[in-house]
Amino acid sequence: METTSILPLLILVSSLIPGTLILLLREEQVALRTFLNLSGAVAKVGLIAWVFAGYLRGEEYTFFFSLALDLTFSLRVDQLGLFFAALSAVLWLVTTLYAIGYLEGGKHRRRFFAFFSLCVTASTGIALSGNVLTFFIFYEFLTLSTYPLVVHRGTDKAVEAGRTYLWYTIGGGTVLFLGVVGLFVLAGPIYFGQTEIIADLISVYPTQLSILFFILLTGLAVKAAIFPLHGWLPVSMVAPAPVSALLHAVAVVKAGAFGIVRLVYDVYGIGVAEHMNYLNVLAVFAAFTIIYGSLRALFQDDFKKRLAYSTVSQLSYIALGVAIPGILTSTGAIVHLVHQGIMKITMFFAAGNVAETYGYKNISQLNGIGRRMPFTMGAFTIAAFGMIGLPPVAGFISKWYLGLGAVEAGSYWVVFVLLASSALNAAYFLPIVYRAWFYEPEYEVSRLRSSGRLETQALLLIPVVVTGLLSLAAGVFAAAGGSPLSIAREIAEKLYMP
Amino acid sequence: MTYLPTSTFPALLVGVPVLLATVSLFFRPGGKALVGLTGSLLTGVLALIAFIEVTQLGTVIHILGGWEPPLGILLRMDPLAAVFIAMTAVVGVFISIYAWLYFRAQEVTTEGLPLFWPLWLFLWAGLNGLFLSNDLFNLFVTIEVIGICAVALAVLNGKTAALFAGLRYLLAAITGSMAYLFGVALLYGSTGTLDLGLLGQVLQPGTTTTFALLVITIGLMIKMAGFPFHFWLPPAHSSALAPVSALLSALVVKGAFYILLRLWVEVFGVSITYAAGQLIGLAGAIAVIWGSWQALIQTSFKLIVAHSSVAQLGYLLMIFPLLILAPGVSADSADWLSPAWTAGIYQVIAHAFAKASFFLSAGLIIMALGHDRIESLRNLVGNMRITAMAIGLAGVSLIGLPPSGGFMAKWMLLKGIFLSGQWWWAPVVLTGSLLTAGYVFMLLRLAFAPAREMDTFRPVPKSLEVVALLLALGSFLIVLPADYMIQFLESTGVFGSGIESIVEGGVYGND
Repeated sequence: METTSILPLLILVSSLIPGTLILLLREEQVALRTFLNLSGAVAKVGLIAWVFAGYLRGEEYTFFFSLALDLTFSLRVDQLGLFFAALSAVLWLVTTLYAIGYLEGGKHRRRFFAFFSLCVTASTGIALSGNVLTFFIFYEFLTLSTYPLVVHRGTDKAVEAGRTYLWYTIGGGTVLFLGVVGLFVLAGPIYFGQTEIIADLISVYPTQLSILFFILLTGLAVKAAIFPLHGWLPVSMVAPAPVSALLHAVAVVKAGAFGIVRLVYDVYGIGVAEHMNYLNVLAVFAAFTIIYGSLRALFQDDFKKRLAYSTVSQLSYIALGVAIPGILTSTGAIVHLVHQGIMKITMFFAAGNVAETYGYKNISQLNGIGRRMPFTMGAFTIAAFGMIGLPPVAGFISKWYLGLGAVEAGSYWVVFVLLASSALNAAYFLPIVYRAWFYEPEYEVSRLRSSGRLETQALLLIPVVVTGLLSLAAGVFAAAGGSPLSIAREIAEKLYMP
Repeated sequence: MTYLPTSTFPALLVGVPVLLATVSLFFRPGGKALVGLTGSLLTGVLALIAFIEVTQLGTVIHILGGWEPPLGILLRMDPLAAVFIAMTAVVGVFISIYAWLYFRAQEVTTEGLPLFWPLWLFLWAGLNGLFLSNDLFNLFVTIEVIGICAVALAVLNGKTAALFAGLRYLLAAITGSMAYLFGVALLYGSTGTLDLGLLGQVLQPGTTTTFALLVITIGLMIKMAGFPFHFWLPPAHSSALAPVSALLSALVVKGAFYILLRLWVEVFGVSITYAAGQLIGLAGAIAVIWGSWQALIQTSFKLIVAHSSVAQLGYLLMIFPLLILAPGVSADSADWLSPAWTAGIYQVIAHAFAKASFFLSAGLIIMALGHDRIESLRNLVGNMRITAMAIGLAGVSLIGLPPSGGFMAKWMLLKGIFLSGQWWWAPVVLTGSLLTAGYVFMLLRLAFAPAREMDTFRPVPKSLEVVALLLALGSFLIVLPADYMIQFLESTGVFGSGIESIVEGGVYGND
């Protein structure tokens, strides 16, 4: 049952207002700023829980108003959107805590936390968008609100990275704009889930709609970092660790991947996309990106860079799952939205902790770091095992469903891609794990930050442990009701209902 | 024509600024400013009241001195004119407030500066007169007044660069006026009338009409800096005082566009061909790409912003090819007309707000740094937070990102392009956006970087920064009344109508 409600809007406002207010504060008002930030983050999680409860009762909240003329702003809480919004809200809360610890005593924290909040507003907006236009608005808003975060450090390198980042994302946004207007002209304002519109029109405008599909896909593929449009991602690693963590887990890259999921499942519909052979093209690019990203990751000594290329690779699992039709692959794709998020954020937190505590930025410096930072590296190890696909960590579930679905669909080559990728994942993650736990520390070093008896500050340590445990729990309790897997499965089953 | 309700506001909109401008000439510098500011606020308020009156009554007219046309002068305020007048009023009032504060904040006051006020009020009267005019000769008088005041304002700071640029501006303005006047003479000779409505009815296609169309179009293209006649704009707009640059870019060039649009739609339909529309669209398209590219390779703030005007005006020319209807296509069935007109109006208004904001921000940067080289804009966010915000917001609107007025314009333009089937313009719109993003972010590229020792920002008054920010916000807020405004514009007048052209050869339709 659809209910008009301001709840979806409140979910956005819970980060938009703190973000705006923080911009107006003075730099020294640390306590007030932290209060605003955290209360916004907690409120967002609470609101999502509330909406979720409503959803379980069978209510579907919508909110819309006419922006101007034929432009309608629409928010709708469907299952997929809620799933993604919940991921954003939870990880925002965790990352905010982490960032407060990470940036303690740093400069320009006001502007950092302000744009951080705006960035989450954009990604929840993307999650809850009810139509293509609203999605586009937030997609562009995300670009603008992340730019100040990428260049936050203000070094020449950061400025240069910001430039690359903008060229890619604004370029992608422009291409997407073309597609959005074209779709609007041909098919009217499409609300997500109304796949019958395109299904009816596809026989009338087969060429135009096919061109539009690829235009839209290209626009989304920039943020989803699909080869050859991934160039911005490794470069924007210069941003502070919490930014990288959020960018790689929920914000920018996920916006692209989520957009692709929406485009195929909720705009064109899986039937049309399969029938018109769009999916084969997507599958080829996704598969190539998976292998390519992993190969590039092998040769990075910079810790964060290796993680970045790993993101390029891991993200395309989602696109690959979307590209192979079938309930199982769809489940794998959707659940990987969340699984990749929690695993990758754990890894970035861990990398940030090591860099902040000991100043190590390269993998070759990590000898024996596991003994000094057992909790951090323990969480990292869980996440790494997950990425490789070892049971019972979350990543295993994703890969299992993708592989099973590919066999079911008769796409055996996908299984080879998955196996090759897993081997490569192991080849670039296991050395880190091995080095951390089994190498002797070369010499004694002092910590950059005092943290008492803890291995590092509590605010840095708690988030990484929490997300590490989440990665494990998502795998161990995958069969339980309410787990990411069971929700993803439910969404996927609905997609294929006649 | 005579059954339209009459109103005194059209006369006041021209008369009041002229009167106060004349009065201010008799005052000393301090008094000039006070009279000038009062005049600006008064004119702004009158314009808004007149706007409201038109929304209530529809088109109103005023017959000067009771002399009916063709002997006397008739001022006509239809919804299109009302929207232009209201836009001029809102942007004009903000710029006036800025100018008042700006001149007070200057440490050294040059002798000539207070002359800003009478010149600006005369210019405003000229603009209002232009929007209200209903015959070709009146239009000529108003564009002459505007041209002379604009050139005088441009050289007001007395700098050498401004004088040279002003000279070029003057030459261009005179050439444009002469071309226009030549065309008017031809039309008067062949038809014996100057009234726009009458001309539209009696004009016969033929060589004379076509030639008149050509010279008038060229004349107005020079005035509005349409490609390839844009050469005078960047130096003139970038070397003037900040409030003057804002006026010239945001408002003055729009006057020439307004006449061009009116004449093409109301008068010259009989002579306009599909090819003519494509040609003017092409000029616009080249302006978009060329102007943006030129902006991208500049190194000073004001030059970037000035070159950007060339590009943004190019978008206005791109609506012309969409307005031309093939024989047999009626305006009712051409569903791209409304988007094309909306795109034009929104581009005019959004650009006025955004560009005024940009130039006002540029003035503040010069006030703070003493120059406007962009490599010195380090840590702008730390030093001039509000200005940085203004530049960012105005930039978003200029690029055309949602939900700004610029976005509305680009959205409607693309929609019109697709609906009319003239898809070849689409890549231009998008490339233009991308290049715009390039130069906007070039301005803000170093805003987050730490400052160097050599770049010291002197403090600037917050109130000035706020004016620039409000204008930038304005370029977003204009989206909200869109429903209402488009409905109002479509109620009467030329808005939404197409040009029923004579097309020889192929027919293009909406498929």
